[in-house]
Parts: sequence; structure tokens; C-alpha cells
Amino acid sequence: MARIDTTFAELKSKNQPALITFITAGDPNLETTVPLMHALVSAGADIVELGVPFSDPMADGPVIQQASERALSQGVGTNDVLNLVREFRKDNDTTPIVLMGYLNPIEIMGYESFSAALAEAGADGIIVVDMPPEEGAELSDILRQHNISQVFLLAPTSTADRIQLICKQASGFIYYVSLRGVTGASHVDAAEVESRLDVIKSASKVPVGVGFGIDSPAAAADIARFADAVIVGSALVRIVADNATDLDQLIDKATAFIESLSNAVKHARDVESIAT
Amino acid sequence: MSAVEAKSKYEQPDAKGHFGPYGGIFVAETLMHALDELNQTYQRFVKDPDFLASFDRDLKHYVGRPSPLYLAERLTEHCGGAKIFLKREDLNHTGAHKINNTVGQALLAQHLGKPRIIAETGAGQHGVASATVAARLGLECVVYMGTEDIKRQAINVYRMKLLGAEVVPVESGSRTLKDALNEALRDWVTNVDNTFYIIGTVAGPHPYPVMVRDFQSVIGRETKTQMIEQTGKLPDAIVACVGGGSNAIGIFYPFISDEQVQLHGVEAAGEGLDSGKHAAPLCAGKVGVLHGQRTYLMEDDNGQIIETHSVSAGLDYPGVGPEHAWLKDIGRAKYFAITDQEALDAFHLLTRLEGIIPALESSHAVAYAARLAREMRADQSIVVNLSGRGDKDIHTVAEIEGIKI
Ligand SMILES: Cc1ncc(COP(=O)(O)O)c(C=O)c1O
Repeated sequence: MARIDTTFAELKSKNQPALITFITAGDPNLETTVPLMHALVSAGADIVELGVPFSDPMADGPVIQQASERALSQGVGTNDVLNLVREFRKDNDTTPIVLMGYLNPIEIMGYESFSAALAEAGADGIIVVDMPPEEGAELSDILRQHNISQVFLLAPTSTADRIQLICKQASGFIYYVSLRGVTGASHVDAAEVESRLDVIKSASKVPVGVGFGIDSPAAAADIARFADAVIVGSALVRIVADNATDLDQLIDKATAFIESLSNAVKHARDVESIAT
Repeated sequence: MSAVEAKSKYEQPDAKGHFGPYGGIFVAETLMHALDELNQTYQRFVKDPDFLASFDRDLKHYVGRPSPLYLAERLTEHCGGAKIFLKREDLNHTGAHKINNTVGQALLAQHLGKPRIIAETGAGQHGVASATVAARLGLECVVYMGTEDIKRQAINVYRMKLLGAEVVPVESGSRTLKDALNEALRDWVTNVDNTFYIIGTVAGPHPYPVMVRDFQSVIGRETKTQMIEQTGKLPDAIVACVGGGSNAIGIFYPFISDEQVQLHGVEAAGEGLDSGKHAAPLCAGKVGVLHGQRTYLMEDDNGQIIETHSVSAGLDYPGVGPEHAWLKDIGRAKYFAITDQEALDAFHLLTRLEGIIPALESSHAVAYAARLAREMRADQSIVVNLSGRGDKDIHTVAEIEGIKI
């Protein structure tokens, strides 16, 4: 939790948004994940989001579905994901790690064991895609006791009431889903997102990031002008998929892509600050 | 609440869609508003006499209700015990109980002004029923169906296409009903503004379990009246197959407060509960969260949903409607499982003794009822919900038996 807050505070002092990168844990195999996480950080990722594989990822498009399937075919379970976090923490004690997944693997472990394990492993936050605040009071309490941030999604369809409700519950940051659709869809309308973000930011005490459908440095720069964080998932996972058989090449390609995004995101506000 | 209290004051679900600890709404944020809108619309319409009158009118003149309650004399004689009655949902328009629900949801879609409906289907019966009401109302219709099911239910795929629906093959996961449901949810997230999602069973996020139950309860209400007309009393037991659980809830629900009536749900034991190749979450599963609801599921130790198996596509689902989970826990309904082979035997038995070819799903209920009847007295009676007709399954049966048609 502290790592997330610190990261956003530091970036804010530089008037820069955060770059958050998503990969699925254990995709294409367990050995690749930790080296890839370090490479993402070296290339400019400020926060690493780690997908917990699930058999029925209802909110994900084909790219992340297939990443889950690749991981599951290696038998990757929640304990393996926690081990990856521990492994990463041996060499990096500052970059926040946020897990993203679905509720059922958490239910079967039990909220308390899961939250305790998360904290002990060194994770900082969790996004449970199919757990709205209405059902989640118990989980939220337990996560809070373990100092794990609970990141909630907001969508273009969220009503004013729901924005208030979720802003009240959220910690770490809020994840604004930029479009009606599943992960990996495209055509983000930056102007529409910006006007929605104004509303959310005025209700929220935590930073607000934007994700879904951001697949290029140009798209990232558009969002970076006004969002507190730019979240990139499917475009990166596609690189993992395309280079699954060659670890070195995978790391090189992912590094080059994240560097280009980082560059775009970090400088997106330069012109503005010169102008003002 | 104690189990006894729970039964005598049966008022489920609560305002948020919970049946005890089960049910609820577990979906991504994008769908929360649509579910809220649907719930409010639904709550308004269940109390609206005009809406209920048009629903009743459609059930009567379009579906062909009431469906007969038929005393299966030769089956009764063959089993040598309780009288066996069949509630003939197989005689409905399109050949199964599924149409009761699609007629109701289509009316809601129309009132919400949604020009496009989507549906998931396993056996194809719900897909056909959705395509049918879409054709009638002039709505665009897209049906998601696993490629495994497309193979075994080819006739229904063609029926849907004839009716003007687009059938989208689903290649992900186990390529059966659960994956079709995932894909339909993804479509809904993307097209939520103009699309109405017609779920085909009493599963999914609130308000689907209660809404589908209410639309299907016509089965149980008619059964009650018909039993009293024909025998002067209520049945001693009711038997229905359970996939997601809609035909079972439909016939159970009006009898829940009649505690002398035993309620028996029959899941698919596939190759046997011990084989692991089955679709019986109530008999052999664990509690978890899938498709927007908390309920019994077939899952592994990591909480991953496991592949199910049943000879009948309509029962091949790893979850079950949350109300069944609750009825099981409070002991008001009991759940059993019937293997593929037992269901196939019952398919032939009913066909030869009564001249009624049952759906393979319904054959599970027939198989269990035949067993139950033998343990009961001749002055007792059982109603089997014959949820659908078997025309769609004759290729499957022929193939299993090595016959080319
Ligand atoms: C004839 C028939 N019976 C039963 C079922 C199982 O569904 P449910 O348990 O919702 O009644 C199906 C599903 O396709 C069906 O086609």
C-alpha cells in the first residue's frame, strides 16, 4: 500500500502520470515472469500489474484469455503467483505490484489466508474484477487490515451514485475502464474519457488511472495528458504471446515497447507546462 | 435463520438477490448499471397487470399452454409402484420449457426498447427459443454456442439459422455452455446500450435467477391445478432434471410451502460421480463464484472451473442456479445424479412404453423417477417434469449406439 502511495506522490511532484503495465503471471511459463517484471521496470513501468490466471475470465478479450489459458496449461495456481511476487521482491523493494484477477480463486483460499499471503509476499494491491463493492464489504475489511489496497474499476456506464460509492471505498488508485467492452478492444475516445475523468477525479481522493484499449505510444500520450496513470495490458501480452518461445527476444521486444510508451507518457505534458 | 424457519417462511431472494449466502451480483463494473436497470424494470413489470396479461396471452396462444399433465400408465405399470405423471413441457412450441422464459424476457426487451438480443445455449433449446421470439418481434438475435455443442446439436443450429439468428461458435475453454455464457457476457459488456441479454436458466447475476424462476413457475402452478383436478390431491414427489435449474425451479417453486411434497432434482452423473466426468455440482461440488453468482460449482483446488461431462448438452454446466444451492442447504429439495447410461436407458424406455421421445436432459429425470416409483406405494404419485422432446438428440443416441442415419 505504502509503495503505491509513494509512487504516485513522487510522480505527482514531477507532474508525470504513472505507467502501469499488465502481464499474466506464468505466461508463457513461470520462469519468464520475474525477469520480464524486472525488464518492464527498467524500461519505465512505474507499477506492475500481475494477472492471476482464471479459467473463465469474463471481462477479458481473446488476448488475455489466451494468456490465462497458457498459464493454466502449465498448472499455474494462486500460490505460484504469490511465489513470483516474493521472487521479484528479492531484487526490488520499491515498485508496487498489483494483482488483478477474479473472485473464485480468492474464495477458495479464504479471504483471510489470501490477504495475509498477499501482504507477506510483498504485493501492494488487488483488483478483483467481479467483486463489486456491494458484495465486498468483508473482503475489503480484511484487505485493509493487511494494508493491501483495493483497486476498483469504474466504467463509462457507472452512474453518479456508483462513482460516489466506489470513490469512497477505493484505495491505491481507481481504474477507469475507458470503453464499453472487454480488455483488448480498441478505439478509445480520449475526449470522452477526459470529460468522464473530470467527474471521477473530483469525487476521488486517490489517483485515477485509465486502461483498456491503449495500444500505442500515441494513444498513451493522449490519455497521459489528463490521467494519473496509463494502464497497458493486451498490447504487451500480445508481445509475450508472439515471442513465447524465445525468452531473450521476448524481453527485448517488451523492453522496446515499454520504453516507447514510457517516453510518450513522461513527456505528454511537456508542451502544456511550457505553454503555462 | 434456522432451516425450519427458512422453509416455513420461504421468501427468497432478498432485495439484492441473495438466497441465503448464494446468488448476489458478481460482475464487472460495466454491467452493474444494466443489471440495476433490468432489475428495476422487472420489479415494475411483475406488478403490472397489463404486462402479466400480455405474458399470459403469449403463453396461451403462442406457446400453447397449459401443457398437459399426463398419467403414464404403462411406465407406471412397468415400474410397479407410485403413479407417474408427466408434465408435458415437450409439447410447448419449440419443444421445451425454455420458451416460457424467452417469451417473458422478450417482452421486457421490447419495453426497454432494445433492438438486439443475445443468448447463450448448450443443447440449443434456449437458443432456438430466443431466435423464435426474436423472429416474432423483429429483433436482431445473436446466439453463442460452444463448438463442442454445435457438433452434437446440429439440428438446433440449423433451426436457429432458419429463424434468422446468427450463431457464433465459441472456441474458448471447454467449448460448451459455460464458455458460451462467458462469451455472451463479453458481448453484453461491449453492446450494453442496445442489447438485452436473455439468460436461459435460473443462473447468473441478480435479477436473472428470480426473474427466470418467475417466468418458469407457470409449470408448477399448472401442475398443482391439474393434479387436484385429476387426483384430488397434491403429488407426493416432484422430479426434474437440473442443468442450470430452470425447469426444476419452475415446477418446484409453487410447491415449496407444501412440505408434504418431496422435491427431487436430478443432476448429470455422466460416467459416474467417482469418475470425475460428470456435471453434478450440487451432489459433488464446492461453493464458489462464477457467472455473477455464488453457488455450488465444479472446481479444482485452485478455484479453477473444471470441465464437465454429460451426454446431454443442456446439463453440461459446472454451476447451478443459486436457489437450488439454498434449497439443498435447507433440505427442502434433495438432489441426486443419474449417469449417461441410465439416462439413455430411460430415453428408450419412455419412447417404447409411452410413445414419447424425451430430451436426453429430461431422460435423467425419467430414469430417477422410475427408480423412485419402485420404492413408493401404488396410492402415491410422482410428477416428472418432461422438460423437452428428444428430436434434437436422436443423432447423439444413434451415434452412441453405432447406428448411421
Ligand atoms: C429439454 C431441456 N431440459 C433441461 C435443460 C436444462 O436446463 P435447466 O436446468 O435450466 O432446466 C435443457 C437445457 O438446455 C433442455 O434443453
